[in-house]
Parts: sequence; C-alpha cells; structure tokens
Amino acid sequence: MGILEVKGVNKRFGGLQALGDVNLSVAENTVHAIIGPNGAGKSTLLNCLVGKLIPDTGSVMFDGQSVLGRTPYEINQMGISRVFQTPEIFGDLTVFENMVIPAFAKRDGSFRMHAFESVLNEKEICERAEQLLEEVNMQDKIGMHSASLSRGDKRRLEMAMCLLQEPRLLLLDEPTAGMARADTNNTIDLLKEIKEQRDITICIIEHDMHVVFSLADRITVLAQGTPLVEDAPENIRGNPKVREAYLGEAA
Amino acid sequence: MLGLNKKDTSLLIVVAILALAAPFLLNPFPTNSAMAQFNAGYPDLMQRFVIFGIFAIGFNILFGLTGYLSFGHAAFLGVGSYAAVWMFKLLSYNVVPAIALSVVVAGIFSVLIGYVSLRRSGIYFSILTLAFAQMSFALAYSVLSNPKFNLTNGETGLQVYADDPQILHRDGLPDVPHLFGWAMRDNFLELKLGGWEFTFNNGYYLCALIMLVVFYLSIRLFRSPFGLMLRAVKSNQNRLNYTGLNPKPYTLAAFIISGMYAGLAGGLLAAMDPLAGAERMQWTASGEVVLMTILGGAGTLIGPVLGAGFIKYFENIFSKINDNVLHQWFAFMPDGMEDFMVFIVHPFVGKGWHLTLGILFMLVVTFLPGGLVEGGQRLLNVIRNRGRKPADPKDPEHHPKETPHVAE
Repeated sequence: MGILEVKGVNKRFGGLQALGDVNLSVAENTVHAIIGPNGAGKSTLLNCLVGKLIPDTGSVMFDGQSVLGRTPYEINQMGISRVFQTPEIFGDLTVFENMVIPAFAKRDGSFRMHAFESVLNEKEICERAEQLLEEVNMQDKIGMHSASLSRGDKRRLEMAMCLLQEPRLLLLDEPTAGMARADTNNTIDLLKEIKEQRDITICIIEHDMHVVFSLADRITVLAQGTPLVEDAPENIRGNPKVREAYLGEAA
Repeated sequence: MLGLNKKDTSLLIVVAILALAAPFLLNPFPTNSAMAQFNAGYPDLMQRFVIFGIFAIGFNILFGLTGYLSFGHAAFLGVGSYAAVWMFKLLSYNVVPAIALSVVVAGIFSVLIGYVSLRRSGIYFSILTLAFAQMSFALAYSVLSNPKFNLTNGETGLQVYADDPQILHRDGLPDVPHLFGWAMRDNFLELKLGGWEFTFNNGYYLCALIMLVVFYLSIRLFRSPFGLMLRAVKSNQNRLNYTGLNPKPYTLAAFIISGMYAGLAGGLLAAMDPLAGAERMQWTASGEVVLMTILGGAGTLIGPVLGAGFIKYFENIFSKINDNVLHQWFAFMPDGMEDFMVFIVHPFVGKGWHLTLGILFMLVVTFLPGGLVEGGQRLLNVIRNRGRKPADPKDPEHHPKETPHVAE
C-alpha cells in the first residue's frame, strides 16, 4: 500500500478525455516520476491530487484518507506540498518573510488570529526559517525582496518553503522547466540531498529525461490520459511502447 | 517599549507629540494677522483630523495590507454614528456606552457585508461594497424612517430631543455629550500668548488619546504574524492556499477590524456633535477615505493619518477662501491685473477646492506612487546624502547577484 493511491480516476473537459482510468501507487520514501508527451494529462493528474480539480470518477487516497472534495489548504495541512512550474512565491515580501509564512502555517494551522504578537519575537519560527535557508544556501539573500531573485533562486526559495513544512509528499511540477543547464544540475543536487536526508516521498512531473533518470526510483509513463507503463528507470529506457508514445509510430 | 521595536516606538512618540501639541502646532499665525485664515487649530477641525485619521488607519488595515479596495466603508462610519446617537437618546449623554456600541454595531454590520462581499475579489469586491453602502444610505435616508418605525429620522438626521428617555441621565450632568461630566465641547484651557490664541478642547483630547491607542494597535497588527498573512494575501493568494493557509478568514478578519475602526470614528463624530445624518454614508464619503489612504501612502503606518489631515485641511481651509479674500491678496497689483489673477485663482478655491485637491492627488499619484510618505522618505534621503559621494544607482529589477550561484 503506497502513501498515495490513485484509483480509476477519470476527468473530462467537455469532449476531451484528459484522464482515462488512471491508477497510480506511490510508495513511501521513493521518488516517483510521471513523464509523458505534451497533453498526456500530467498536469491534470497533479491538479487532481492537490484539490484544484475534482475527478469525475475514481478515488485519490493519501495515507489512507481521501483528498477528494478538500480544498488545497486542507490538503496541504494533510502533508502534501506542491512546487509549481513557474515559482509561486510572495513576491512583495522579503525572502525571510516568505520563509516564515509556511512555518506559521505548520504550527498554527490554516487560520489563527495572532494580531498582537510580533513576528520577530517568535524565536523558534525565525530560527527554523533561517536554518532552512542555510540548507538551500540562500542565507545571504535573507533580507532581499523575493521578486528580485533570479529564477533559480526563486525555485530554491519555493522548495525551501515547502520543505519547511516537513511534508510527507512533495509534488514537483516540472521543477527545471526553462532553466539553464547549471541551474538544472543544482536543482538535481538539491533534490538528491532532500531525498537522502529526509523521510519524504517525492512525486515529480518532468520533461527533462536527464532529471528524471538521475532522480527517479520508479517511473510512470502517461500517454493520452492513461498510464502506459510503470517500471524502474532502467526498464523504461528501452521500452518500445514508451518510444512509440514519444516519437510516434515511425520509431 | 510596549512591545514595539525602536523605529516603531519613535514613530509612535512622534505621532503622540504631534497629536498632543496640535493646538500649538496648527496655530502658527497670530490671530489678527492676514495669515490667520490658514490656522487650523480650532477644536472642530482638530477633532476632524484625528477622527478621520482613525477612519483612514482602519481602512488601511484592509486596503493597505490585503489589497482589497472597499468602496463602502462610509456605511460603517454612518452605522457607528447612528448607534452612538441612539445611546444618547436611550441611556444618557455619556460617550462611553455610545462609543462602545458604535464599535460593536459596526463590527456586526461588517461581518454581514464582509461575508458576502469577500466571496469576490478585485473590482467585483469593490462594486459589492459600493452597492452595500448605497443600500445602507438609501435605507437610512428613507426606508428606515417612517412614522411606524423611525430608526434614522431620514433627511433631518438622528438627534436627541427633550422627550427622549435618557434613563441614566441625572441632574447636574451636562446636556451635551460628556465623559462622566466632562463636556466634550468645552475647552479646558484657552491660552493667550501675545497675538496668539490656543484652545485646548476636551473632545479633541479624548479623540486624540483614542487615536493614539488605535494607532498603537495598528502598529502591533502590522508587525504581527496576522499582519504578515494579510500582506501575503495581497501578494499571492495561490501560494497562500498551497501553503496550508485559508485566505478567507484572514481577509474577513481584516474587513471586520477595519469596519470597527470606521464605527469608532463614526461614534466619535457623534460624540463631538450628537447628530447622525444619512449623508455620512454616501459614496462620496467612502471615496474620501480611499483618497486619504492613497494620498498619504497605502500600506504605510503613518500615511493614512497624514492623508486624512491633508484632505481635511484643504476641505476646511481652502473652501473658506472667497473672492473678497482673493482681492485682498492681489490688492498690490494694478486693477486689471488684480481682477485677472482673481479670475484665474477663483476656480481653485472656495467651492472649487475639490479642483485643487484633484490636481494635488494626480500629482502625488503620478510622481509619488507611495504617497506623502514616499515624498517624506525621498526628502530625507536627499538631506542625508548631501555632501556624501553619490551612491551607486540601485535598480531593484536588475539586482547584481551577490554570489554566482551557478558555480556552486
């Protein structure tokens, strides 16, 4: 029984069958990659996991509990964090403030009216934020306006914000899309570190095969809304079905 | 001090000194001089400065922090005034229950309006609040004022009559709003120094003290985790949702708090002058607080107070300048020239003071998007940098990278 169990999920957008009978099981403390050509339904599947979309049929269980019908913030409080394709951070706030917010969310839940305490007096939370920034090598940017960070740093910041919450499942939506080679390698190193140092399950959607094959323990190939194969990386590489899905009949 | 850091403490102290010394500071010209008409140190206007300061501080908690632009905040101001006058009518002229009830009623009112309006954001939220405020205005102006059920006394405005119950009223207490016998409209000190006259009004000092308290509360709120969440709502609601935080109760709480600030301001208006009219709820009044906040600097601590003072000063001082005054000003010029200058300046003063205000507002928004506060900061920077070598030009969009993270 995996930590994330997707069973028989269907999703239609009008006449388009975006997801057709998707079954997926992600084992705890592994890195599970979902790959597939454009339009395969990867993002739709991800959106069904985090509460942004509700599947027409099927079930999505996280750690034995259904996530269907829950709002994104409830699902996050269950222990699922998400990193977006384009980094979603609080651009008007400083790097430090960005880090403090998830720390409060982790400690106080989805709402707490603490209007008379001072942020800076919350020593534990501030230390936690600083510690996490150090882990991703961003301690020197702590006072910077987060909108002025480079794209790679925004990604790191977002990742650090998610890690601070100590999620049990981290969902990454094309974390290296549009990145330079050096940035991509940095991200791979960071993810490897995360995988080794923490009890965390990572589910990653990715186009870049280099990233996928250097990280994943298990790969699911999605094509036209249905899982084609699920296997270990070394078996995926030579699989003729996968080649066909990516390169068409001629290959 | 008081749980504030050094910078905020000094800001609070500066504001406290300005507020408490206002009767001196606002009367810089001798009473009989030609410039005396620019004096603003009379009780009525000073009360307005601080009351509308409170109104704008509250509005800034909603608009400055969460970015939700309410166009209906005058409804809470009006509701607060009505609640206060009703307390005068039923209990007594003591302002304490009146002000307390005005805050509570405005709070309840803002729960209702906020709950519905906050289902939408952006322009739709603004329109919803505007609609609610206009509905409240219409209710107060006509619907809730009929012989069978007269809650607001319509066009005349709600006021205290001799046959009202006033069950807690005793002989010996003044027949005007008072704080345990201390009449609001009395002056506890009238000082004459040479050509100058300074008035120290009971009502003004009550308002000023309350303003300092709520200003302090707003500083605490700005620096709190709650304030941080409100700024996060403005910055990126999507990320907030995926960080496990529910933006709705945060925005609703901000809406209610700012509604209560508005109710407090309304209650104080009634406490200074026991009359509540429907025009206090009209959309122009809602627009005014938006102008105050933006003019002073939305999202800054002191900005809304500055904006409120600025607008109220113009409203009261510029509107008093009429053609006679203008002729006096330009009397030194040759006749034709004098008439011409009066003709040019005339549209901008007296009833035309809105025109001056509009031009100033456009100038501020165009050249100082951060409001008067940004103007002050720039001025300070110019003074500080004078004599030093010019600093490196800073471009926030292209910040030089401190460490080449690529090569790590």
